[in-house]
Amino acid sequence: MGVWDFSVIPEYFTSFLPYAWMTVRVTFFGILIGLGLGLLFGMLRISRFKIIQLPAKFYIWLIRGTPLLLQLLFIYNGLVSIIKLDPLPSAFIALGIHNGAYIAEIFRGAIQSIDRGQREAGISLGMTQSKVMRRIVLPQAVKRAIPPLSNQFIIALKDSSLASAITVPELLLHARQMASSNFRMMEMLTIAAIYYLIMTTILTIFANLIEKKMRAGDLKRVI
Amino acid sequence: MKQEEKIIEIKKLNKWYGRLHVLKDIDLTVFQGEVVVIIGASGSGKSTLLRCINFLEKPQKGTITIDGDELTVKTKKLHLVRREVGMVFQHFNLFPHMTVIGNVTEGLTQVKRVDKSEAAKIGEKMLDKVGMLDKANAYPSMISGGQKQRVAIARALAMNPKIMLFDEPTSALDPELVGDVLLVMKKLAADGMTMIVVTHEMGFAREVADRIIFMDEGKIVEEGTPEDIYNNPQNERTKEFLSRIL
Repeated sequence: MGVWDFSVIPEYFTSFLPYAWMTVRVTFFGILIGLGLGLLFGMLRISRFKIIQLPAKFYIWLIRGTPLLLQLLFIYNGLVSIIKLDPLPSAFIALGIHNGAYIAEIFRGAIQSIDRGQREAGISLGMTQSKVMRRIVLPQAVKRAIPPLSNQFIIALKDSSLASAITVPELLLHARQMASSNFRMMEMLTIAAIYYLIMTTILTIFANLIEKKMRAGDLKRVI
Repeated sequence: MKQEEKIIEIKKLNKWYGRLHVLKDIDLTVFQGEVVVIIGASGSGKSTLLRCINFLEKPQKGTITIDGDELTVKTKKLHLVRREVGMVFQHFNLFPHMTVIGNVTEGLTQVKRVDKSEAAKIGEKMLDKVGMLDKANAYPSMISGGQKQRVAIARALAMNPKIMLFDEPTSALDPELVGDVLLVMKKLAADGMTMIVVTHEMGFAREVADRIIFMDEGKIVEEGTPEDIYNNPQNERTKEFLSRIL
């Protein structure tokens, strides 16, 4: 194929829609599982007890230290002799575990960024440690975690394309499959890029809205 | 001096930060209704001593008896004792995600399990006491430092504590805002509240303190009435400190 012909884009554009939906699903479940794991391991990570910190440190070290593609292949192909998973659940799990490690660090950072005086003020009122965490620290930490979390969600959306390596029929896999039959690789990749941009833009707008709303809470005036 | 009833009795209190010995065999008794002001250079251990009294810092040795309960680091349920001890911090430490009235009622509803309408009533009373009732629905970010500190005092008072601890309550304030906070503290003292105050406000100490304690290098080196300390200090370090600060 010598010349690019972008006029074919409208013709193929809508055929990508179900695959974009698949990208959304993989991203959604990846984030959902990631949030659960992240919250759990983030809390373990800041425990006062070294023995509880250890599994969290190990998890974060292992997952952040290896590529996502390897993790996907590990769960889908590697574990095959122990448990046979379909591509889609494999992708959910691998992305969930992967995002969990980063989200755990985001939560840890947000919680530790809350001024020590806040904790001391709660304790001085007679609150237990867990009540201080629930009532004083977490509400403030969640607010601080939102910008890095939305960043992580955008990364997760793009990372979902790696699920194509284990044959999950998402955007990028579809683009490559189409190109292999119509020989218009550049055009097909452009369509996929447009879909990714639309989705990341929507995510960004959404994140900005939430951030703005949270900030407004700080600036409420006396009525 | 009012000597009816001991409310705090500290015996042989020792605290180390690593190898740094910051509190050395502190003995201190405070009586019901007494106002004790602790002075001393920075690093003398005065704030650490105050923070040890409600176990924000863990002393390694010694006992603290608060209203008959003898406490050590190993005591369980320290949070129950802390309800009896109000604390006011240098940097206010108001909860930024709650309104002024929310800050004041938080301990009541969450710790004492007072129901909401009752807590609101107490909260409003306390805010009125410190002259902050008109800002009840403001957030901490909207009010001045002096106002924040008055709210912080109201927050501690709402728990109806037996003792109030003040850790340099005016040190972070602009000079023109100090007066309002000191006024609230004077009123408290006049109402008979037992208070331990770490401060550099010598005028306040002279006017309000029943007893002044001078600390140096982790030890109480001199104590007495304001007249004794200001007019006739015995210890060399006290003289030196006062000559620098007065």
